[in-house]
Amino acid sequence: MTETVATSAGSDWLRIIIGLVVVLIFAPLNALLLVWLERKVAGHIQLRLGPMEVGPHGLLQTIVDGIKLLGKELITPSRADRILFPLAPVLVFMPVLLAFLVLPFGPQLVIREMNVGLLLIFAFSTFTVLAILTGGWASNNKYALLGAIRSVAQNVAYEIPLLLAAMAVVFMVRSFNLSEIVMAQHRVWFIFLQPVAGLIFFICATAETNRAPFDIPEAESELVAGFHTEYSGMRFGLFFLAEYTNMFIVCAVAATLFFGGWHGPFGFGLRIPGVVWFLLKTYVLLFVLMWFRWTFPRVRFDQLMNFSWKVMIPLSLVNLVVTAAVLKLL
Amino acid sequence: MAEQSAPPVQQTYSLNLGPQHPSTHGVLRVLLTMDGEFIVEADPIIGYAHRGHEKMAESRTYLQFMPNCSRMDYLSGMIYNHGFCLAVEKLAGIVPPERARYIRVICSELNRISSHLLWFGTFVMDLGGFTPFLYCFDDRERILDILDRVSGSRLTYSYCRFGGVARDIDEVFVQATRDFIQRLRSRWTDYHNLVTKNVIFIHRTRGVGVIDRETARQFGVTGPNLRACGVPFDMRKVEPYEVYDRFDFQVPTGTRGDALDRYCVRLEEMEQSCRIIEQALDQLPEGPHRLEGLRLKIKPRRGEVYFAFESARGLTAYYLVSDGSAYPYRCHVRVPSYGNLHCLTEVLKETLVADAISILGSIDIVVPEIDR
Repeated sequence: MTETVATSAGSDWLRIIIGLVVVLIFAPLNALLLVWLERKVAGHIQLRLGPMEVGPHGLLQTIVDGIKLLGKELITPSRADRILFPLAPVLVFMPVLLAFLVLPFGPQLVIREMNVGLLLIFAFSTFTVLAILTGGWASNNKYALLGAIRSVAQNVAYEIPLLLAAMAVVFMVRSFNLSEIVMAQHRVWFIFLQPVAGLIFFICATAETNRAPFDIPEAESELVAGFHTEYSGMRFGLFFLAEYTNMFIVCAVAATLFFGGWHGPFGFGLRIPGVVWFLLKTYVLLFVLMWFRWTFPRVRFDQLMNFSWKVMIPLSLVNLVVTAAVLKLL
Repeated sequence: MAEQSAPPVQQTYSLNLGPQHPSTHGVLRVLLTMDGEFIVEADPIIGYAHRGHEKMAESRTYLQFMPNCSRMDYLSGMIYNHGFCLAVEKLAGIVPPERARYIRVICSELNRISSHLLWFGTFVMDLGGFTPFLYCFDDRERILDILDRVSGSRLTYSYCRFGGVARDIDEVFVQATRDFIQRLRSRWTDYHNLVTKNVIFIHRTRGVGVIDRETARQFGVTGPNLRACGVPFDMRKVEPYEVYDRFDFQVPTGTRGDALDRYCVRLEEMEQSCRIIEQALDQLPEGPHRLEGLRLKIKPRRGEVYFAFESARGLTAYYLVSDGSAYPYRCHVRVPSYGNLHCLTEVLKETLVADAISILGSIDIVVPEIDR
């Protein structure tokens, strides 16, 4: 008896280690692809081609950029905090990686099944804010500090409706387990049952990842580069990687919660492996995020906060109450 | 022991916006005294691009000074050249042929559109919308090509000459200009859908950076910024120079004097410029494009001249004093951006730093023109 427990624990560890290795390979590659994709999307939206020179259609451009970033000097401002300044880029990347642990890429294709998977992802994503605050404060730069302060205020404001919107789904499934949430959608996606929650979730996710039109912490026309003004070389690169990986995570979570995860649309495409559907949905959502960025101007900081506290939070609360009431009555 | 007074609590801090900042459009520095995200005091500090153009004029012949003009406001270089030509012609009593006057107006108005297009792009970019910027540059590129055809340069033209223009325009130029106007008009729908009707854009500009008439008057604000507060002051209408009195065009005005009004006024001005160009092309007379037999080194008679005209940014004027030699005795340029910028000390008070950027963008300054 004890032996089986031990072996199962051992295989669990093995699974996690293998998973982490895969994630460590997947996350940077995915980020490189996303950066390339963003530049292509931006290019085509702006009547130009985007990178074309390095590799076919500029596919290798971001890799070359990455190598360039690796070779750059790491500049530390003279009055910056010696410990926290270099630590912040690492801190920002860690929680993003951990979020991969519970993401269900397909049936059985999840590193660690957890009852509280959804909560775990939110917990990790909140941790990113601390890293941003650390970086902004440790830079000893007013622009960076302003960016960091904004980031914290924004994330606090948008975490609440994000969670409330996700709770509506949790109410329906009665589980925090992401795989169970996906399985509950094998016939109808939750976006059709919970359109308001889906919309709120996606808008808040945009704000969570500091993407335009909510890219206020790094509003380059106001705050130069916001919290990462003073970062150079691969430290800047890590912030960049973290941002794009974070985008992937929130879109993956949105696909899991509202777009049926690894399921094909309306029971179609059963022969196609679930992971393909999952990645496809995630990338479509990522494209929408990019579409946002290259279409909208930036929201002003106070308007952003008003929008969250006065519109998003009440709306998501009402949605949650209605969901609960309907579920009770059924 | 004497009672220790509490250490002073610093509630404000200063923030340098520029001289190297992505949104100050050139080397402008605004020293902001901030309280959190709010601006308590704004102090524009200028002089980073001072090159002494006015002093340079004293050691150059009138024609040699022509290239300097387009380097003051590099975005409306054609209009600056045009104005300088008119000032010297007024001083020396030269009357250019009719055709040349029409060509100058056409080129100046094209230049005005290109300047406004660039402003439109950068303004929306300051607000975080990157895409319209490239659309505008795509349109502006056509104007630069058209002007490049006649003048040989794309930004600092030096195309006007005393008593005419350097080169005559041909059919290709006329056709390209007509095509461009048609193209620009077809683009308005895109721009309105992308920017003007955007909720975020409206929220970022309506009621932001209100310059009322009184402030505008005190600081000498001119151009679209003044017209946005409802004063229909345009030198082309008030004191028509060249052949502007022969065209039917309106002076668009706003009512509130906020950033949105300034935006709308400039957009409408582009349309009015299109109308002027169309009429000028229709009326374009035949004849020489330049007076023959004029000395290269003109020597106006003793005297002084003040000539005011409307550049893309507002009332611009040359004050020239001649001592009868081939070199100006004194040259002074009244630039619109100076007044437009300095009203910021009033307007920026009690605003957010994000609004400071959109206000700075909406008033459309060109720093080298201020510093000269």
